[in-house]
Amino acid sequence: MKIDKKTILKIAKLSKIKLKENEIEEFANNLSSILDWVEQLNETDTDNIEPLNNVSSSKLPLREDKTVSNNSSNQVLNNAPEKVEEYFIVPKVVE
Amino acid sequence: MDFKSIKEIKTHLLKRKISIFELNEFFIDKIKKSKINAFIFFDEDLIRKRCKELDSIKNDLPLKGIPIGVKDLFCTKGIKTTAGSKILQNFVPTYESFVTNKLNNSGSVMIGKTNLDEFAMGSSTTTSYYGDTINPIATDKNLVPGGSSGGSAAAVSANLCLGATGTDTGGSIRQPASFCGVVGIKPTYGLCSRWGIIAFASSLDQAGIFSNNVEDASILLKEIAGYDKNDSTSSDITIPNYFKKINENIEGKVIGIPKEYDLPNIPDEIKIVWEKARKKLEKGGAKIINISLKHTKYALPTYYIIAPAEASSNLARYDGVRYGYRSKSQNNLEEMYESTRSEGFGNEVKRRILIGTYVLSAGYYDAYYIKAQKVRKLISNDFNDAFKECDAILTPTTPSPAFQIGQKEDDPIKMYLNDIFTVPASLAGIPGISIPFGKSKDNLPLGIQILSKHFNEQVLFDLGLFLEKNNE
Amino acid sequence: MNNIIKGKKFNWELVVGIEVHAQISSNSKLFSSSPTKFGSTPNSQVSLVDAAMPGMLPVINEFCITQAIKTGLGLKAKINNKSIFDRKNYFYADLPQGYQISQYKHPIVGEGKVEIDLPDGQSKKIRIIRLHLEQDAGKSLHDQSPNKTYVDLNRSGIALMEIVSEPDLSSAEEAAIYINKLRTILRYLNTCDGNMQEGSLRADVNISVKKTGEKNGTRCEVKNLNSIKFIKQAINYEAKRQIDILEDGGNIEQNTLLFDSKLGITKMMRNKEEAHDYRYFPDPDLLPLEIEDKFISDIKNTIPELPDEKKQRYIDQYKLTKYDSSILISEKDTSEYFEKILISNQELKNHTKIISNWIISELFAYLKKDDKQIKQSPVSPENLGKLILLIVNNTISGKIAKEVFEEMYVNKSDPQSIIENQNLTQVTDTKEINKIIEKVLQNNQDKLSEYKNGKNKLFGFFVGQVMKNSNGKANPKIVNELLKEKLN
Ligand SMILES: [Mg+2]
Ligand SMILES: [Zn+2]
Repeated sequence: MKIDKKTILKIAKLSKIKLKENEIEEFANNLSSILDWVEQLNETDTDNIEPLNNVSSSKLPLREDKTVSNNSSNQVLNNAPEKVEEYFIVPKVVE
Repeated sequence: MDFKSIKEIKTHLLKRKISIFELNEFFIDKIKKSKINAFIFFDEDLIRKRCKELDSIKNDLPLKGIPIGVKDLFCTKGIKTTAGSKILQNFVPTYESFVTNKLNNSGSVMIGKTNLDEFAMGSSTTTSYYGDTINPIATDKNLVPGGSSGGSAAAVSANLCLGATGTDTGGSIRQPASFCGVVGIKPTYGLCSRWGIIAFASSLDQAGIFSNNVEDASILLKEIAGYDKNDSTSSDITIPNYFKKINENIEGKVIGIPKEYDLPNIPDEIKIVWEKARKKLEKGGAKIINISLKHTKYALPTYYIIAPAEASSNLARYDGVRYGYRSKSQNNLEEMYESTRSEGFGNEVKRRILIGTYVLSAGYYDAYYIKAQKVRKLISNDFNDAFKECDAILTPTTPSPAFQIGQKEDDPIKMYLNDIFTVPASLAGIPGISIPFGKSKDNLPLGIQILSKHFNEQVLFDLGLFLEKNNE
Repeated sequence: MNNIIKGKKFNWELVVGIEVHAQISSNSKLFSSSPTKFGSTPNSQVSLVDAAMPGMLPVINEFCITQAIKTGLGLKAKINNKSIFDRKNYFYADLPQGYQISQYKHPIVGEGKVEIDLPDGQSKKIRIIRLHLEQDAGKSLHDQSPNKTYVDLNRSGIALMEIVSEPDLSSAEEAAIYINKLRTILRYLNTCDGNMQEGSLRADVNISVKKTGEKNGTRCEVKNLNSIKFIKQAINYEAKRQIDILEDGGNIEQNTLLFDSKLGITKMMRNKEEAHDYRYFPDPDLLPLEIEDKFISDIKNTIPELPDEKKQRYIDQYKLTKYDSSILISEKDTSEYFEKILISNQELKNHTKIISNWIISELFAYLKKDDKQIKQSPVSPENLGKLILLIVNNTISGKIAKEVFEEMYVNKSDPQSIIENQNLTQVTDTKEINKIIEKVLQNNQDKLSEYKNGKNKLFGFFVGQVMKNSNGKANPKIVNELLKEKLN
């Protein structure tokens, strides 16, 4: 699969990663060759095979509906790059 | 007194031949003198404080006073945790991971946070924002320690601690163990809780252990394993006392040799060692049989779809909003996101995020992601079938000994091929151990890998101990 | 029902489907143990999981599963024994993980239905496509600063049920009735408080128009409407907007819209090209949710009588009209109030119609004036029952009863003591009433002769005078009878 400039930019946008002009081609090439390489999977016959999401044989554990009040604001705001009062602060969204 | 065996040092400590302080001062001194960049975080005062605290505890604890290195992927309360990334350069967790919390409760001394490939993505420990770790086996040769848990493997190998934690997603414990000449075990998926471990690929990530010998690995694994109600994929099973049960009598054990691992392009030195291990086991009374793991060839490409797909989503939280690095360019939210992530992540991480985003995106999901999950099922079936015939599977750990720093950087696929023998077990979630066995023609350590079925770690220790004792 | 919209050139029909986000009533969040209380200080109900701290993992709340199944059963829907949690990936400041855990391909609840009663007396079945569980996002506050956005994660991770209907609704009114009905069902089940002001119930409305007899047109989705008024406004505005475009020869583009409640118009949020690529995939931190039949049947046993069944029972058992019944059952609290009157006053069981009238007209009018819920009514059901008993016993007249009711409402007092204190007991003594009649006839000789000369209309005048002279306390029925005797 050849990844063109338009595709790599679309993927970068979705990933929220800005690529510099000189990186665009490099990553496009990397991705192309990796995708070419993984395409050998098409040699396998997977008709009637269920996709394997998780190898765990356990059942999903269920939690009781109990609250743990952790007076969280200090804990979660502790590492915030920018905060005002009890809020996280981010630059404004432009519409 | 040599400071290489936890088992031995424990008796010295108990008999007061040495104090916790003396023991740890020995390692503090060694770490300060070491030049291999094994640690991202090291604080000698903190270690001394911890020794004092342990000294005041009257009763014995399984790892009382034992210095353990912790991969910097485990969140440690009040101690900077970076995942080897710039994006977490200033992140100080307010919580302690399940595994390191267990280690602390066992009385161990957290000697430092070890270096790793950024977000555990790599096989060389050269993608860390905090510099390369150098393989201590032959520092003049400038070799990689392997990765991603290269700092931990190197630290144990250089005798900077008595054991270390690692995580293994596709070989990140077993491959560096092999390169550094130490024991490394990746247990069954779900044996150790992932709570508090910075996620790379959730369906594959598993914590494990590095040590100087198999018995120490069996002691340490028991201390980090166990059910955790906060990890929904953690298994609620009783953890055996591996160390007590360990048995080097391997008579009657059936060992499978998968023909698909005998690749034409792997060097003879690897094949010779594999052959040698097989012969030793046979001599010890094991029955060797040939088995087939038909889809082995497809394990790596499968892994390089699934792991990046999960990673692309797991790493979305590093957005500069709540913690970690935030770019100065922040005229609006979109720009803040893009600059933060572009400046905060290294190239290998970006590559995998991009690949992962691509294989999950509309129009490609079925062709790549679902296809990979189906092949993953086939690979898992292969192992299930094989373990109907044998107790364990014997393979080389890596297709080569440690290589030079910078050598495979330009070609991602070449780098990915390092994990060719370790990835299949990761996909199937089965346990694997790498035991130092034999040497390359340049006298570098090599590893032999033993695999077994889910939750049969004991057989890995049994066979591992036998090979360790019969490695000349 | 006729829902044809007349355009300038053609007749149009509206096609509306609704996705409701209903916040599950639970103590803790869907995947974490943080409390869910509304209106707490910012970021005070945020666990490490909700803030997506590195290495944190989700663990599902069993009660939220129970609530979703309960709701599914209330919607007469199929409960799926196996469902899967997926990640819906997108970046937003109030979405800490960078993805929302939701159910995409395999929801917990499948196809169901909701019956709605239309104003013309007909009922209509609205098909439900699915109900799935998902996490709510936090809140972004854009108006606190000119160039910054403030983020509060208290809501982040709260459990939501997304209930998706087929496009079976054909007018803004039907949409409003549907939302009301759905809310009633949720409240009966206690699975969601239905409080739209607090955002416990929000709707995304998909709207398209078509010419009669033709197939559905391109739809637009108006996101996140949090009142029934806005839902109606948005639908009517969109219908007109789309019809105008089509009649002018234009095309409708499949856009996502926001409703500006100040201006009463819809605005473009993003067009089809900008549509997100959410990259759904099964969350590897969670295993499939497998539910056994026993789990479902245990929940089934806890389901209370639902509005539709209750309404039918009111019609059959209490002989109430369909209209009265549907009003009494529309809020669980109203039906409870009604039934408490019957329980506390056994003698009233043959007087359900008068009880219903008192609730629907008097009580509702007072409550509405004070903006009170029936639960807050100063008149208890027991006391209203006593009052009604006094009426049916002929102890007081209906007119007096209204005065007594006002007194009861204002002073929270019981009717008996009001009547005693103010001597309002109805006069049923024929001797006494006859005395008053004599007096009235005496004082109105002229009118009396007019009546006798054939002016029958004056009968009412005499009744009125007698009532007035008794200060309203005379039993009107007896007054009538006695007057008739006297005059004829
Ligand atoms: Mg929607
Ligand atoms: Zn939703």
